[in-house]
Amino acid sequence: MGQITLEKVSKTFGDVEVIPPLDLTIENGEFTVFVGPSGCGKSTLLRLIAGLEDMSSGTLKIDGQDATHVPPAKRGLAMVFQSYALYPHMSVRKNIAFPMRMAGVDKAEQDRRIEQAAAALNLTDYLERRPGQLSGGQRQRVAIGRAIVREPEAFLFDEPLSNLDAALRVGMRLEISELHKRLETTMIYVTHDQVEAMTMADKIVVLRAGHIEQVGSPLELYHKPRNSFVAGFIGSPKMNLIEGSEAAKHNAHTIGIRPEHIDVADSGGQWQGTVAVAEHLGSDTFFHVHGTGLGETITVRATGEVGFKYGDTIHLTPRADQIHRFDASGLRVE
Amino acid sequence: MATQHSRSAARMMMAPAVILLLGWMLVPLTMTLFFSFKKYLPMRGGDLGWVGFDNYIRFVTSSAFWPSVAATLIIVLGVLFITVVFGVLLAILLDQPMWGQGIVRILVIAPFFVMPTVTALVWKNMFMDPVNGLFAHLWQAFGLTPVEWLSQASLGSIVMIVSWQWLPFATLILLTAIQSLDSEQLEAAEMDGAPPLSRFGYITLPHLSRAITIVVLIQTIFLLSIFAEIFVTTQGSFGTRTLTYLIYQRVLESQNIGLGSAGGIYAVILANIMAVFLMRIVGKNLDA
Repeated sequence: MGQITLEKVSKTFGDVEVIPPLDLTIENGEFTVFVGPSGCGKSTLLRLIAGLEDMSSGTLKIDGQDATHVPPAKRGLAMVFQSYALYPHMSVRKNIAFPMRMAGVDKAEQDRRIEQAAAALNLTDYLERRPGQLSGGQRQRVAIGRAIVREPEAFLFDEPLSNLDAALRVGMRLEISELHKRLETTMIYVTHDQVEAMTMADKIVVLRAGHIEQVGSPLELYHKPRNSFVAGFIGSPKMNLIEGSEAAKHNAHTIGIRPEHIDVADSGGQWQGTVAVAEHLGSDTFFHVHGTGLGETITVRATGEVGFKYGDTIHLTPRADQIHRFDASGLRVE
Repeated sequence: MATQHSRSAARMMMAPAVILLLGWMLVPLTMTLFFSFKKYLPMRGGDLGWVGFDNYIRFVTSSAFWPSVAATLIIVLGVLFITVVFGVLLAILLDQPMWGQGIVRILVIAPFFVMPTVTALVWKNMFMDPVNGLFAHLWQAFGLTPVEWLSQASLGSIVMIVSWQWLPFATLILLTAIQSLDSEQLEAAEMDGAPPLSRFGYITLPHLSRAITIVVLIQTIFLLSIFAEIFVTTQGSFGTRTLTYLIYQRVLESQNIGLGSAGGIYAVILANIMAVFLMRIVGKNLDA
């Protein structure tokens, strides 16, 4: 069991309101990702749930029980930190055993759970080493191992992959996703990387300046962003947001069109511009187009290899059914 | 940096310093060794020739020798214990955010800048004087008979004075060590269910072990040779005669340079034995 409910939870540091009162429910077994730009309060929100920060007001319920004033250790939550926070003077085995030792689990049971976690995380050969002798990915796995053996109600991850290199990050992303499928435990995951959010989440919570901008499944957020902020934040490359006369044609203050929903051609397109940068990835080609008269640089994604080069004139046609419309306050217009 | 040429250049540039330091150490050591084999009484006939190991035997068989070794060890170990324990506690206290932190830290460090002679005088006259000292007044305020600190609790008094002097040093080093502790480690331990005392025992203390090692090593070197505090307060009486003070008395009070030099060589040996022990016990902390 691991349902977490936040009711009117807020946090202020001195005069600064980091998190204005917000409500959120995280269902049992759900993989929820908090995503947002740096400084949006997503880590603070996680620390409030963990109990490492006190709430300024509001209630936190875990499985329907009021946990607002329960100390962190008693909430049944396990946390994986950005810096891994392994205990440097203890071996991997002792690191993983630490929470069980504190809880007074008997020795045989400790060993059983350690072996199980080590096998699941490919750490069996490293149990006697110290954290200093491990690579970044292995340290990350030890930190996860230390969380697993507690058999918590829910896992909290605070940007766990941001210290890893790109290749390892993709690998660990898969491992964490698999772990979630296997354990079926609630997981809350904080990241600023929208790719991590899109690939891992059952439910994404987009935050800006402590406000929840939208809650939904990855594809909901992709297809129906509630406002222009979410539209710009979710999706890679970013959605093109166009204001002015072009938007007025669609009866909107701003229109948004994703790079993958614009078709390119040599001639006869709706818009026309010059290629400023062409990024050839093999599978895709990204064009950054200038001089379209739409204000900003327009980013376009074409599948496969497309032959436009720097300085070429390019014709663009947005797919009419994929245009998102937003009003002056940034809200979506259906 | 590591070419053949730059390495020999580095060696040449370091040579003057190395030679100077070596000379600085070797000349006095050789002279001490030289005098220790002589009967040399400046006021009573001067150089009276070689006597072999006579000075060494006389120094050790003197009834003052073993008590002086004991006094030295009691003072060194006592001060180490007090400064490390209170240093850790003070460092944790000073690490807490509080109003006027900067001033408090300077105040805590201040005793280290007071000269040993002045420290000893201040304690002797202002605190420990059985008639006018602050402690005497305090005891009288409770209707008790004032303690004659320097005669009734002489060793304890010296340990107290020297600890007061060295506590800032220990605190300073341990405070910087505590400040380098990753707060996420403490938070992780908190989430793992460790109560405050366990967090201190399992996280903070191991993190401090290296700093404690350094404090113990450096302080031992300086504490073996404390002199001013004893000279100003008890003059070596009431069981406060340390090895250093005994050597001083042999050389200057009994005017026996040969005997004092032999004692000096014993002190060198004792210091080395302690150094080897310390390196064995705590040296592995510095490897990691």
